[in-house]
Amino acid sequence: MTIGLNNYLILSAILFSIGLYGALAKHNAIVILMSIEIMLSATNIAFVAFSRFITPTDLTGQVFALFAMAIAAAETAVGLAIIIAIYRNKETIDANKIDLMKW
Amino acid sequence: MNNYIWLIFLVPFLSFLIVSLILRPMFRKQPKIAGYVTIAAVGTSFILSIITLCKLIAAPDHILKVSEINWMFIQNGINIHFGLMVNALTGIMLMVVTTVSLMVQIYSQGYMKDDAGYHRYYAWMSLFTTAMLGLVMANNLLLAFMFWEMVGLCSYLLIGFWFHKPSAANAAKKAFIVTRIGDFGFLAAIILLYTHTGTFDIATLQNMAISGALAGSVLTWAAIGIFAGAVGKSAQFPLHVWLPDAMEGPTPVSALIHAATMAAAGVFLVARTYPLFENSATALTTVGIVGGFTAIFAASIALVQNDIKRVLAYSTISQLGYMMLGLATGGVAVGIFHLLNHAFFKALLFLGAGSINHATGTFDMREMGGLRKAMPKTFATFLIGAASLAGLWPLSGFWSKDAILSNALDKQPILFVLVIITVFMTAFYMFRVIFLTFGGEYRGKEHHLHESSSVMTIPLFILAALAIGSGWVNLNGGFSVFFGAGTTHSVIEGLFGIFKEPLPWISLILACAGIFLAYAIYSKKWISATALGKTFAFPYKVLYNKYFVDELYEGIIVKKLLMGGLFAAARWFDTKVIDGGVNTFIIQKVIVKNFFAGLFAFDRKGVDGAVNGVAGTTLAAGKTVRKAQTGQLQFYGLVIGLGLITLIAGVFIFSKV
Amino acid sequence: MGQVIAFWIFAVAIVGAALGVVLLENVFRAAILLITCFLGVAGIFILLSADFLAAMQILIYVGAIAILVILAIMLTRELSIGSPSNKFKIPALIIAGLFGLGIILTVINTKWLINTTTPAPTTTSGLAVKLFSKDGFILPVEIIPTVLLATILGAIVLIKDKKK
Repeated sequence: MTIGLNNYLILSAILFSIGLYGALAKHNAIVILMSIEIMLSATNIAFVAFSRFITPTDLTGQVFALFAMAIAAAETAVGLAIIIAIYRNKETIDANKIDLMKW
Repeated sequence: MNNYIWLIFLVPFLSFLIVSLILRPMFRKQPKIAGYVTIAAVGTSFILSIITLCKLIAAPDHILKVSEINWMFIQNGINIHFGLMVNALTGIMLMVVTTVSLMVQIYSQGYMKDDAGYHRYYAWMSLFTTAMLGLVMANNLLLAFMFWEMVGLCSYLLIGFWFHKPSAANAAKKAFIVTRIGDFGFLAAIILLYTHTGTFDIATLQNMAISGALAGSVLTWAAIGIFAGAVGKSAQFPLHVWLPDAMEGPTPVSALIHAATMAAAGVFLVARTYPLFENSATALTTVGIVGGFTAIFAASIALVQNDIKRVLAYSTISQLGYMMLGLATGGVAVGIFHLLNHAFFKALLFLGAGSINHATGTFDMREMGGLRKAMPKTFATFLIGAASLAGLWPLSGFWSKDAILSNALDKQPILFVLVIITVFMTAFYMFRVIFLTFGGEYRGKEHHLHESSSVMTIPLFILAALAIGSGWVNLNGGFSVFFGAGTTHSVIEGLFGIFKEPLPWISLILACAGIFLAYAIYSKKWISATALGKTFAFPYKVLYNKYFVDELYEGIIVKKLLMGGLFAAARWFDTKVIDGGVNTFIIQKVIVKNFFAGLFAFDRKGVDGAVNGVAGTTLAAGKTVRKAQTGQLQFYGLVIGLGLITLIAGVFIFSKV
Repeated sequence: MGQVIAFWIFAVAIVGAALGVVLLENVFRAAILLITCFLGVAGIFILLSADFLAAMQILIYVGAIAILVILAIMLTRELSIGSPSNKFKIPALIIAGLFGLGIILTVINTKWLINTTTPAPTTTSGLAVKLFSKDGFILPVEIIPTVLLATILGAIVLIKDKKK
């Protein structure tokens, strides 16, 4: 068999679903962040796959993936800073226990 | 045109507005300005009145034309013009009112000096002057009635000027109500005349009466109605009871209103509508009888009063009776001539009484005496006024009284007897006042008696000069000619020729007899006053209690007949029958029970339930829905994911992929 | 042929590592598996002829982000509760599963317009042209550093010890 676009896209979809599950179903805030990273990686794979298979000479998909990486890095930094700040105040990083916006 | 004549009563009205609307709120601390403004306004009216009188003397028929204002015009209906009727009568009345008013305003500056209501006083004095001047100039009965009422209002306000004194407030009420009874007659007469003739205009009515278009019982009843108004305002019997009580007001008020002007308004009204009276013998006789009776009635009461102002008040009533009699027997000129003279010397006497009050603090003559040494100016002027009132030659009172007496002798002999006795009484009571107040030794409690300030004595002097000389306008018969009757003769003829008749001698002798009797009793004490009082105890009691007329009015008529009888019956009917019926039956049984009970229940359950229900529902919904706000991030994420799935499913289902 | 084998190895590694990240109780092991996942993704990029991107992936993700995550784990480790699953396990599973299913179905049923030209051997110059040339993505290139600056400042502010 040849590896076609569909393969890469299905891989991306599975990876995204796993990341989604992790983001919704884990207590630990850092693990949630890791799951978000997984989701972002999945989209990167999709971008690059599209670029390779639909417009091989036009590298716009890779440029997008590059930007996404940069933003992901920034977002992780801020997210971890927030988690550490919350940890300093609340002594916990359990996402379910941080419910200050509760009714 | 002579339209400046409108200013004569508009300028005092302007001063009323200025004093009440500008000076009182903004210049509270400088009350004297109110006095100056009023004096300036009345002074202007005075000067304009002099001009008017001069023009009147020069004008043909002694009538001036003034343009009118069209006040109310309804097609084929009422057509009322307001205008001014300026004839000889108006000219003389203008002089009387403005002169006396001006003297009183100047005098009041001293008399009312530290009174708290200084602004109020001058405001109402201005308004009164306006109303009186308007009354004498009005050319139709409706306008005259409006000013008539305004004059009555100002009288009420000024009598009750010291309203915190119950006696003053009651006196004001009494004055207004009693004169109202007369005004009712006046209004009835106006309406009667209008329905029969279709006009309010006085000149037209006069012509109709003269030509005979207005005659018979209509004319008589109309004239009697007008006279009823005059009886009220001029305090003739039986509506005289308010004038003595009106002495509760400040003395300058008494001088202006109740001696010289408003009290004379009744006489003026009869004079104004004189052709109506002339052509109805019944009405004219009624006027004469009432006038003559009142003259002796009031003079008898004045004999025994102890309060200076009460004596002067009854004297005014008596003199007004003279004027009415003069109108009835001699015509307009005779009555108005006495009005002119009386205004000056009565105002002088009242202002003098006020001056005495300023020095001694009382009006009770039993606490006075010997004041001629302490108050020479007041004594001199008061003496002149009293002599003029008593009718001593050649002072003013002599001339007018003599005219009335001679006419009465001609036309109404019985009334003549009454008034000739009154001449004796008048001289007696006036000089009783003089001897008790100024003669003998001081019996009162004041330590320091002093003459009044010049702002009060100068008007006294001016009025005294007028009291001496105002009678001399008719020395050559000019006054009568001015009014359209009589002939002129020389001054000397008038001055001394009067003694060719026996009547003046008789009146002079009676006057001197009265003076001598007063002298005997009160100065020389040859006859003791108290002994006289004991001998004539019953007459004394009757006179002192004013013939019990007040008791009759208040005790029997008001209390028993009206309050006890008619009004009580009306009130019983209203409360028991009408209110009882409506209340108990309809309201309580039917309406309250069913209708209102139903409304009440609807309001409680329905309306309140609906409102509360809405609130309750919102609260319950809120309580439920808020559970969605868990504050947990992942819950929100789940919901987002759920939404996403739904959208994708929607795309799948509703489009051809 | 080599490509097929490489793809499947990398695919399995990636999916397995991802599953490990989300299912393991031990946070530290999850972090290591995350690194493995990232390395696998880099391999996928090489398969897709995105050589520059693969290098960047390793540099940025593995070299920076994963280290940062481990740092954060270490800083919050005292009261670490591990990484259990919470009460939303089943709904999340359903939603993730449905979502994945939906995407897969869409992918399979779409007729992609596949272009079979050979891509360039190295992408660096092509990327450079794409980024920095006249018609390229120069604006995002300028904006992203601004974002990074804001991020750094924000992180510093958040981390700063307030008791000073």
